[in-house]
Amino acid sequence: MSDRKSPSEDAAEQSSSPQNSNNVATGISRRGFLKGAGITAAGTALLEGVQVFSREAVAATHSDVKELGPGAVPVTLLVNGKEHTIQIEPRTTLADALRVHMGLTGTKVICDRGSCSGCTVLLDKTPVNSCMTLAMDARGHHVTTIEGLPQNGEMHPLQAAFVKHDAMQCGFCTPGMVMSCAALLEKNPKPTEDDVRHATAGNLCRCGTYPRIFAATLEAAGTSTRNA
Amino acid sequence: MATTKITPAEETMLDAVADAATTTPPGTETVMMPVGIPGYTLHQEARQVPTTQPPVLPINKDLQYIGKSAKRWDAHAKVSGSARYTYDIQLPGMLYAKFVNAAVPHAQIVSIDTSAAEKLPGVKGVYVIQHLLGGAVLRDAALKSKTYPTVRYAGQPIAAVAATQPHIAEEAAKLVKVQYATKPFVVDLEKARQPNAPQVFPGPADQAGTAGGGGGPHGVPQTGNVHGPAIHKVGDAEQGFKDADVIVESKYSTQVQTHSALETHGVVADWKPDLLTVWASTQGTASVREELAAFFHLPKSQVRVITEFMGGGFGAKFGAGNHGVVAAQLSRQTGTPVWLMLDRKQEHLSVGNRPSSDQTLKIGAKKDGTLTAVQLISFGSAGCGTGAGCAGPATNLYKWAALHTEENDVFINAGPAAAFRAPGHPQGAFALEQTIDELATKLNMDPIDLRDKIDENPVRRVERQIIRESALWKSRNPKPNADQGHIKRGVGLSQSVWYRHINMNSAAEVRVHRDGSVEVLSAVQDIGTGIKTVLAQVLAEQFGVPPEKVSVKIGDTNYPVGPNSGGSVTTASLSPAVRDAAWQASQKFLASVAPGLGTAPDDLVLTGGEVRSKSNKFQPIAFRRAAAKMDTDEVSAQSKRIPDYNKGHYDTYGGVDVAEVEVDTETGRIHVKRFFAVHDCGRPMNPSQVINQINGGLIQGMSYALYENRLLDPNFGYMVNPNLEQYKIAGSRDIPELHVQLVESYIGQSSTDASGIGEAAGVMSAAAAIGNAFHNATGVRIRTTPMTPPVVLEALSKAPQRSETA
Repeated sequence: MSDRKSPSEDAAEQSSSPQNSNNVATGISRRGFLKGAGITAAGTALLEGVQVFSREAVAATHSDVKELGPGAVPVTLLVNGKEHTIQIEPRTTLADALRVHMGLTGTKVICDRGSCSGCTVLLDKTPVNSCMTLAMDARGHHVTTIEGLPQNGEMHPLQAAFVKHDAMQCGFCTPGMVMSCAALLEKNPKPTEDDVRHATAGNLCRCGTYPRIFAATLEAAGTSTRNA
Repeated sequence: MATTKITPAEETMLDAVADAATTTPPGTETVMMPVGIPGYTLHQEARQVPTTQPPVLPINKDLQYIGKSAKRWDAHAKVSGSARYTYDIQLPGMLYAKFVNAAVPHAQIVSIDTSAAEKLPGVKGVYVIQHLLGGAVLRDAALKSKTYPTVRYAGQPIAAVAATQPHIAEEAAKLVKVQYATKPFVVDLEKARQPNAPQVFPGPADQAGTAGGGGGPHGVPQTGNVHGPAIHKVGDAEQGFKDADVIVESKYSTQVQTHSALETHGVVADWKPDLLTVWASTQGTASVREELAAFFHLPKSQVRVITEFMGGGFGAKFGAGNHGVVAAQLSRQTGTPVWLMLDRKQEHLSVGNRPSSDQTLKIGAKKDGTLTAVQLISFGSAGCGTGAGCAGPATNLYKWAALHTEENDVFINAGPAAAFRAPGHPQGAFALEQTIDELATKLNMDPIDLRDKIDENPVRRVERQIIRESALWKSRNPKPNADQGHIKRGVGLSQSVWYRHINMNSAAEVRVHRDGSVEVLSAVQDIGTGIKTVLAQVLAEQFGVPPEKVSVKIGDTNYPVGPNSGGSVTTASLSPAVRDAAWQASQKFLASVAPGLGTAPDDLVLTGGEVRSKSNKFQPIAFRRAAAKMDTDEVSAQSKRIPDYNKGHYDTYGGVDVAEVEVDTETGRIHVKRFFAVHDCGRPMNPSQVINQINGGLIQGMSYALYENRLLDPNFGYMVNPNLEQYKIAGSRDIPELHVQLVESYIGQSSTDASGIGEAAGVMSAAAAIGNAFHNATGVRIRTTPMTPPVVLEALSKAPQRSETA
C-alpha cells in the first residue's frame, strides 16, 4: 500500500552496533535474529520457537548481545523529546507501547497490518507504521507522535491548516494523515498536490476528506491557497 | 413572538394569513416564513406555529453564525490526538476482551470447551454467547437451536475471553475448542435461489430494521432462501407498458460493500451494582441504552452510554450489538471494566454490509417522455439478514402512471447486512438512472430535458439548470464514443433522492451562567458529521457569542435524550429543539437580569450579543456584562422537538451529480477525473461541513462503483479479503477533482428549517453518474459494479451490440 520504506532495518542495525551498546536495554535485534538464522541455517530450530531461535542467534553471532524475553523487559524510548522507560515484552509493537504502555492514544491502529497508515509516527524524520514496528527497534531514535507535533504549545502549522480547511470528519484517520503530511513537509517543504497525494497514498480516510487534506497541506507549505 | 418583515409585494399573502388566523388553534399563531430557493423561488408562506416557538429565523445571508462555515467545534481535539474515542478509553484494572469466531460457514455447535483458555495466566473471564443479536430471526421459535446459536456464517461470534492484556486475550481465544456439526452452506446468490440449495434458515425468518434503516419487510412469503417478494403496485403496469411508445428493459447487478469504518465496532463496559456504564462507538447512545436495558432487564436509568468521539459508522453502528452485550457480561462476571473492540477482520465479517442486488428494470414511456410504467424485480442478498430491497429510487425519483416493484431477499451464509448510507439507493439509482439515460437516447431527448419532463421536485429542477449551464456539462459531446483513440472521455449525470425523517426523541438543555458562559447538553453523538459545531452555532446566534466559546456537552445519556444518527435525521431533528431551548433560556435570562438592570423583563431584548432596553432606559450592554446582573447563578431551559410546522407536506432532498471519466479501452481502467455535484439539504447550517460530507459521499460512491467488493470463497464460505489491502477502497491517488455547489432551500418546517445531508451526499448517484459517463465515452452500457478492468473489458467486448449508439 504505502510506498515508503520502513526504517526498522536501519534501526536494528544501529541498536546492535557498538556505539549503542550503552542503551538501557540492548539485546537481540531483528537483524541479529536474521543473521543468526542465516548462519545456522537451522530450519528446524526456527520451528521450535522463539526461545530456541534466539539462543541459536546469540551463539551464532558470538557477540555480547543479551537475550531478552520472553516476559517483560525494561525498555527506554525517546518519545516526543521525553524518555519513557516501560516494561514490555520484546514482541510489543511500537503502537502498543505508545498507546497501552504510555497512554499516548492519539496514534490509532486501524488495520493492524500496515495497510492504512492510521498509526503513522515519525522515527527521527521518517514516517513508519507503528503497528508494524517493534518497540525495541525504536530505541535510539526520536519517536514523534501526533501529541508531540506542537512546538512551544503552538499547533504545528499543518495542524492549524487542517483545522482551517476542516480536513477531517470523524477524525480517526487524522493523526496518521497529519503525521504523513508532516513528514512530507520535513523532506519537501514545497510539495505539489501530486507530492501530497503520494505522501498520503498509504493513508486511508473512510469519510473522504482527501481534498481538504491536500488543500491544508499545500497551504501549510505555502505553495497554494487553493480551497477544496 | 416576532415575525419577519412582510413587503408590500406580499400583501396578497397577508390575506391568506388573515384567513388562517381566524382558524388558528389555541396556543398557536400564524407567522410568515421564508420558503423556496434564494435567487430562484424564494417567497413567504404562512405557517401556524406554537406561540412558545422562537422568532422565525431569517435566511442564511441575514444571520451571523448559522449558515456560516464555523470552524469544526472539536477540530483541535481531533488534529492534536487528544480526542478520546471508545477505542482509546483506558480504565484502571481494565481487561481486554477478544471474540472467538465461527471457523465454518454453517453448523450446529456440538460443544465448546473453554478450560484451556481459562487456565492461561492473565485470563479473567470467559463467556459463551447464548443469545445472538443481529441477522434474521426465525418466525417459528420452535425451530430455533435449543443449545448454542446456530452458526450461519464464518466469523459469527461464539464466545469471548477477557484477559489482562490484549495479546493474552487473543491467545486465549485460540484455546477455546469448538466442536461443530457442519451443514451444507451456500454463499452465492444465484445458487441460493435454486430449489435444492442448502437452507440458511430452516423456516421463514425476518430481520428488524435499525434507527439507520435497513432490515426488511416482515411477513412476506419465503420459499427456500428467497424471502419475498415484497410487492408494491400502484396503477396498472401491464396497461402502462401497452400504452408506451418506447420500452427499455435491462438487468443490473451490484456487489456487497462493507462499511469499513476506521474505528471498529466496540465498547468499554463497566458493570457496577447500581449502574452499567458503557463507552460505545455508536451512532445512537439512545439505541445502545435501549438494547442493553432490554437485554439485561435493567431500568434505563441504570444504564449510561457515553460516546464522546466516534470513528465513523455509515449506518452500521446502532444498538448494543453482540460486543456490547458480551462486554457487559464479562464486566459483570469479573467485576472489572472490559474493553472489547472488534478487529478488522471481524469488522468486515460480522457487523454489517451493503447488500448485493440483481435487478431487472423495465420502464415504458410516451414519445414526449411521460413514464407510463415502471417495473423493478430485484433479488439481493443481505447475508443471513434481510434488507436488500432497492426500489427507493424507482419509486420516488420520477412521476409515473403505474408502478410495480417486487423486492426479494436471498439468504446466504454470510454476515448480516446493516443500514448503509442511503440503504438500497446506490443499487437502485445505478439501474434507474442508467435506464432513464437509455430511454432518453431512444426518445432522442437530452438526458436533462427528459428529467425536466418527469421529475416534479422543484429543487432538483434548479439543480439541473445549474448543471445545464456548467462548463463541464457543456463540454459533453452528446454523441457517445466520439473519441478516436483508446482513451475515451465521457460525461454523465445521475440524480438522487432522500426523505425527510424526524426523530422526535430529540431534546436538549441550554444553560446560561452568571459569568456569561453558555452551554448545551444533549445525549446526541457526533459521528463525524459535525453536530457539535451546528449546536454551537445555534447558541452563538442566540446569545451573540462566537461558536468556539460555546460549551457543547453531548454523547452522554446523562443529558437529555438525543436522536440516533441514521437516515440524515440528526440536524433536522435536534437543531430546532436546541434553538427552542436557547430561545427559552434567553427569555429566562432576561427575566433574571431585569431587576439588576432596573427594568421589567418585557422591556429587554437580547440581540447581536447585546441586551437592549426597548424604552432606552440604558445604553445597550454586552451579553457577558449583563449576565453579571443575573439574580441566580444559572438559568436553564430544556426543550424537545415539536412536530414539523407543515406536517401534511412530504419533503425530499437530493442532488444532481455529473461525472467526467476517461476510459482506457485497452486496459479497461476507468479514471474518474471530475465530479460536479449540486445538492440541497434545506437550510445548510454549516456549508463547509456539508460540502465536506458531500465530498466524502462522492468518494465513497466512486469507491463502491470502481473498487470495493466483498469476495466470498464458494468452496469454503470464507471472505477472502477481510482486510484493508485486498478489500480495495479509493485512496488519495484515486480522488478526482470535486466541485460541490449547495442550493439553499427553505421549506418552513421548524425553528431552524434545517435538514440532513448524510444520505443525499452523492453516495447514491456516483455509480450511476459514472455508468452514464462510461456510456458517453464508449457507447457501451456497463451494468455491473464494481467496474473493475475485467468488467469493463467484458462490457467493451460486447461492443457490436451497441443498441444506443446514435
